[in-house]
Amino acid sequence: MSRNKKVLTGTHFEMGNWACAEGAIAAGCNFVAGYPITPASEVANRLAARLPRVNGTFLQTEDEIGAICSAIGASWVGCKAMTVTSGPGISLMQENIGFAVATETPLVIIDVQRFGPSTGVPSVGLAADMVQVARGSHGDYQIIALSPESPQEMFDLTIRAFSLAEAYRVPVFLMADGFIGHMREQIVIPEEDRTKIKQRKIAEQSVSVLDRRDFLDVKVAPMPVFGLGLKAHVTSSCHDEHGMRNLSDPAVMHTYVMNPIKKIVNHRDDIVQVEDDCIDAEVALVSYGTVSRSARAAAGLARKNGLKVGTFRMLTCWPFPDKEIRQLAENVEYMLVLENNTGQMYPYIKAEAAHACRVSFLGPQTLGQIHDPEYILSHLNRR
Amino acid sequence: MTVSIHPLKKYTRSHITRTTTCPGCGIGIVSQAILRAIDELEFNMDDFVFVSGIGCSAWIPSPLYNTDTLHTTHGRPIAFATGVKLGLPNKNVMVISGDGDLAAIGGNHLIHAARRNINLTVILLNNGIYGMTGGQTAPTTPRGLTTITSPYGTMEHNFDITPMVVTAGASYAARWTTYHPRQMTRSIKKAIQKKGFALIEAMSQCPVQYGRVSKLGKAVDMLKDFKVNSVKINKARNMEPEALLGKIVIGEFVDIEKAELSEECMNLRRKMMEAM
Ligand SMILES: Cc1ncc(C[n+]2csc(CCOP(=O)(O)OP(=O)(O)O)c2C)c(N)n1
Ligand code: SF4
Ligand SMILES: [Mg+2]
Repeated sequence: MSRNKKVLTGTHFEMGNWACAEGAIAAGCNFVAGYPITPASEVANRLAARLPRVNGTFLQTEDEIGAICSAIGASWVGCKAMTVTSGPGISLMQENIGFAVATETPLVIIDVQRFGPSTGVPSVGLAADMVQVARGSHGDYQIIALSPESPQEMFDLTIRAFSLAEAYRVPVFLMADGFIGHMREQIVIPEEDRTKIKQRKIAEQSVSVLDRRDFLDVKVAPMPVFGLGLKAHVTSSCHDEHGMRNLSDPAVMHTYVMNPIKKIVNHRDDIVQVEDDCIDAEVALVSYGTVSRSARAAAGLARKNGLKVGTFRMLTCWPFPDKEIRQLAENVEYMLVLENNTGQMYPYIKAEAAHACRVSFLGPQTLGQIHDPEYILSHLNRR
Repeated sequence: MTVSIHPLKKYTRSHITRTTTCPGCGIGIVSQAILRAIDELEFNMDDFVFVSGIGCSAWIPSPLYNTDTLHTTHGRPIAFATGVKLGLPNKNVMVISGDGDLAAIGGNHLIHAARRNINLTVILLNNGIYGMTGGQTAPTTPRGLTTITSPYGTMEHNFDITPMVVTAGASYAARWTTYHPRQMTRSIKKAIQKKGFALIEAMSQCPVQYGRVSKLGKAVDMLKDFKVNSVKINKARNMEPEALLGKIVIGEFVDIEKAELSEECMNLRRKMMEAM
């Protein structure tokens, strides 16, 4: 019966949050923990109904801290684990996002962003968490964050998020927002065999953890998943490659911070995806997520007016597409950065571009409203 | 010369030769009770996953115990263990941590795990203080005691943890002190075998921090204090509240059978999959 089908192959007209839930199931997700929050609730609501039908477990926790911790626990026993929330929930999760980074735990975190700060406006979308997901937990680290611009991409990039989490043993964020989470559009779900994802490597048996390298390999160490007799030692405190705590050796401290960073940065070419149609363009509209829809419309209008305008979209926001932005800056005269916030990614973009072209930022006409393409165009005409 | 090997050595990682506890700390007694329970039940260490938080007590399984161990953030071990248990319903999942970790910062996870009746064994070491951070007031510190952060005496009332966890819904809950290691071992065996949320509140001496602030003195004096002040639960039930002031009620507080979460989740999955 279709209610028990794992992958709902076919064409659907549904919400972005629906697509995200189906993307998770298509990716083989079998453990989800969450706490209700607008505008993310529909993802968890659907998974609560769907997961038990595909041999998975849904847990509604007492808070978002419980959600991320139980998801990390489930990942350590070999589940493909996920949690889903919005800004206030991410704020609560921060300490344990760091735990997942430090213990190299595969984990998918869906963030359907909403208007902040604080309790803000629950149902209005804002790219409110772009920096806090990458820099909000203490210490230096790298995570992966993907930005969908449509319900279809909430399906596609949720699957990619699981692949990257498994391949790199790292938390991967899907940075949706209230607009695309709640937007209904056509969603095409491919055949099940076309949604195969990468699986984590599992450590081999050994007498002691001292005979294995379970952590801190820049090429990604096989994971000593629990329950297999591997006698894994997992701590987020500073540890060596065997997972054994070491709070005294400066060389170990250095590696403990640097190798998980290098693990992501060294593989950035595999991780970073951008969409660049700025060939011949003099002006680049740089954006990500929902705003990219307006950017594309504005570029179309500008071209009709004879302006050489192109769009550049970051599907991956973290690790930051520094190389791609640099290349773009060298090929255009002007870069206009469009974000539905007061400029969270802008300083990072400007730092890579300002040496080669003029760069400025344009938020929406009213915060929380997606940029009107005409408004972007009028800004270009005035420039 | 004959070499004698500790009978519980087989349960520990061979390369770990030292622990981090102060001399006289109750942690060693509780750790022995846990390993003896496992030994007497003839379990293999690989049948267990241990999860601990942050604090002196949370160092019991990590790095010592020779099986999968997850050393988590402060207050969260029960939340992590919930995911471990739901993903590995056939393993024994044991949480070992302190009173500050499990009843202050992590108090919400404690009562909710008991409410869910998820099959975890939680060993909560109650030393009435924050040992690791240097003797600050805990929610278990007796009212009036002077600590580093209550230099004029605590004005707050303290938690009575075991009855609280019983009220929250636990299947099994018992409290013993480090003066009662045999009873504690027996209760840990029951807790491991219990299908449901099981708590052992182990009153444990912290001579270095608590002994200092309470002026109770050294480990032996503190154990004597446990001996003198403990009252069996059956006797306590017939005592006036005033007579119980300053006493430690020990024994089994609850031992019941009821639906358990990880099994319920398995049953739901089976039912849904069969409905295909
Ligand atoms: C979020 C966070 N806050 C504070 C601390 C500091 N801290 C470490 S251990 C501890 C108290 C531990 O007390 P308890 O759980 O009673 O353990 P004990 O040392 O007494 O065994 C605190 C507050 C921390 N590690 N993390
Ligand atoms: S500080 Fe107290 S609880 Fe911690 S190891 Fe020392 S005696 Fe034990
Ligand atoms: Mg304590």
